[in-house]
Amino acid sequence: MNRRASYDGIVVTTPVSIPYVRFSIRAAHWWIGRALAELIRDSHIEKGHIDGFCVSSFTLAPDTAIGLSEHLGLSTRWLDFVPLGGNCGVVSLRRAARAVQSGDAEIVACIAGDTNHVDSFRQGTANFSRFARDAVYPMGAGGPNQSFAYLTDYYMRTFGAEPADFGKMCVAQRQNALKIPYAMFKKPLTMEEYLGARLIADPVRLFDCVMPCAGAEGFLVMRRETAEAAGIKYARVLGAIERHAAFQSDPIQYRGGWALERDELYGQAGVAPADIDFIQVYDDYPVINMLQFEDLGFCGKGEAPAFVRANTLTVDGTFPSNTSGGQLSVGQAGAAGGMLGMVEAIRQLTRQTIGGQVPDAALGLVSGFGMINYDRGLSTGAAILAAA
Amino acid sequence: MTPPLQKPKRKNPILRTRLPVPPPQARSRYALGLLRGAAQGRLELQECRDCGQVQYPPREMCRRCLSDRLDWKPQPEDGELISETLLRHSLELFFRERVPWRTGLVRLRGGVTVVAHIHADVPPPPARVRVRAHLDRAGQAVLVAIPERDTPNMADDKIMREMTCDPKFRKVLVTDGKTAVGQALVKALAKAGADIVWVGNAEPWKNFPGFDEIKSIPQVTLLNLDVTDQRSVREIAGEIAGRVDIVVNNAEVHRTYGISARYGTDAARAEMDVNYFGLLRLAQEFGPALKARGADGVNSAVAWVNLLSIYALANFPPHGTFSASKAAAHSLAQCLRAEMRPTGVRVINVYPGPIDDEWNQLLLPPKIAPGALANAIVNALRQGTEDVYPGDVAQDWLARWRDNPKALEVEASNP
Repeated sequence: MNRRASYDGIVVTTPVSIPYVRFSIRAAHWWIGRALAELIRDSHIEKGHIDGFCVSSFTLAPDTAIGLSEHLGLSTRWLDFVPLGGNCGVVSLRRAARAVQSGDAEIVACIAGDTNHVDSFRQGTANFSRFARDAVYPMGAGGPNQSFAYLTDYYMRTFGAEPADFGKMCVAQRQNALKIPYAMFKKPLTMEEYLGARLIADPVRLFDCVMPCAGAEGFLVMRRETAEAAGIKYARVLGAIERHAAFQSDPIQYRGGWALERDELYGQAGVAPADIDFIQVYDDYPVINMLQFEDLGFCGKGEAPAFVRANTLTVDGTFPSNTSGGQLSVGQAGAAGGMLGMVEAIRQLTRQTIGGQVPDAALGLVSGFGMINYDRGLSTGAAILAAA
Repeated sequence: MTPPLQKPKRKNPILRTRLPVPPPQARSRYALGLLRGAAQGRLELQECRDCGQVQYPPREMCRRCLSDRLDWKPQPEDGELISETLLRHSLELFFRERVPWRTGLVRLRGGVTVVAHIHADVPPPPARVRVRAHLDRAGQAVLVAIPERDTPNMADDKIMREMTCDPKFRKVLVTDGKTAVGQALVKALAKAGADIVWVGNAEPWKNFPGFDEIKSIPQVTLLNLDVTDQRSVREIAGEIAGRVDIVVNNAEVHRTYGISARYGTDAARAEMDVNYFGLLRLAQEFGPALKARGADGVNSAVAWVNLLSIYALANFPPHGTFSASKAAAHSLAQCLRAEMRPTGVRVINVYPGPIDDEWNQLLLPPKIAPGALANAIVNALRQGTEDVYPGDVAQDWLARWRDNPKALEVEASNP
């Protein structure tokens, strides 16, 4: 395989989050539009200078990125729609970076946002995919709780993870979230509360589940010179990978596409897992954090429970993870859940955090996971970012 | 192990009867392929004609060689439960009213992973299971994993009770008790644990052979029911429709000959009056009450059985007018099924070949014995199938009809 071109000279800037709410009577257009307005306000880049637009959303129908462009009065020379849910942050970054490198666009706004009406979640789940509608939803209509319960049950039986291992991640993320004003969960979580919470879909407990909500996340992609000329803080892109629908012959998912691409990721970035200062993993549900710790090389397959036991995961810990609290504490604003980690990583590396700052954070890893089409998540990706 | 189902207590008349809500019904057209096997109790999955790949969920193309020549073929039922969950929360009313509900992932021998409902007697994973295709309360095909070997009382499991129409502790109406089939049905249903068997008798002043034996069965109550008389049907429905869980409409008139061998329309009219209009009258008078009780606990209203004929699919000229009346009833039964489907009441259509009775005297064997037909119907209730083709002749006709309906037209006219 040919070695891929590097991402040299490409930076990410201007992390924005539109404060989440549990339910919204607004449409996705409003949430994404608000994020665009914030990107413009924070970067002082004029709307007319944004010439690339990359959108992710589940609730934009019947519109897509093009309808939204007219809705928001945006005219770009590069446009993309990334319906990849939990992996949209990494994939949007990769596509936007290549567009900027090639000169197809100069400044790309990447935004993921969704609304959440009272019945949005059920409708979205019932019609999430053709396979889900044909072969999963009729079998109990448990939604993501059900699908992740299978993966969690299998992982626990096979690799010996205990409820307290998942609890440790949830408790640490809650600690990280306490300074985020718009987090769905605002109170500290104790291990006793985690373990004592009711079962939702055995072995998944209440606090393993994310809270669906409305919100939006966004960032800009441009050349370093562009950012410096405009006086915008930035983080550099060292490497990024994606892999879709890997390991289709596995009877059940216990690994993801990261395992196939991680050597490429670290090779391109010129760093090793031990160099990483913090990680933002896709955390719906905590068992998936463990898959990412393993498949991204922080420990071997099946060793994540021991790895979690041996580390502290808070912002000030030995292995800072999901430093803004992740979806488990902040909430899952649809596709924005796939961009939350990217935006938080940019904040950490540009010293613009809302919550806690990882001391001396210089290298961050962002990982994405999305689209349980049938019985497993199909889309995986990861990126390594560095402070300027 | 599943405890034996206890006879339900008398309903508290003060409590509101829960209305039926179907499980999720939406499917893509290709996914409906699972229905054909499930309707007859067979697990059929897509198999590629070109490379032999088995796949699930159903696809438009072969996932290996991208051929679009995909057939639904019977599959080995054995597999391994590899993970499971007990749902305590669901987004849909049907399951919300029935949680906790056990489901899991099963790896079939054919190399595909399926999401299935899991019988309570299946041990925790990893466990060997059999996977069956069943119709759920929406009449849609779903997969159910049952223990590798039968366990005592396994039909009484909560999930099985929702998939099947087991007569145990249910109240059944058999619309005609004077025929050999009717009497065999009454005995088989009583033996299967039916709580009450109401038996229709249009001519109570006659004592038909075998009637005394039927009357001696403790669960049996005779009713003066004449399906050709709307008032009779309405009066009986007024008495019992709110309690009937299963209707078995076996009333039929069967006369031989086709068009030219019998002059006039009297015989054909009598056939239509019982075989077609009888069903229509019964469905209008009993249907609404059954539909309202489709989710009424473990002994909910659950099934409507129509005794049709394999000659409903293609006319058998020596019994031409009879075939036509059964074809009409077959079509009406499809309408009834469409109306019943969302309420959880299953319409079971039974298509036997010639029954070994007086009206088929001149036909050569094989003919299906009344007892065998009754057992096939009780089995269908227990298994939860909805299309039943009992006996060798029915199977033979079905195969010919599926293979080439035009050829069967010619074959039927040259018996």
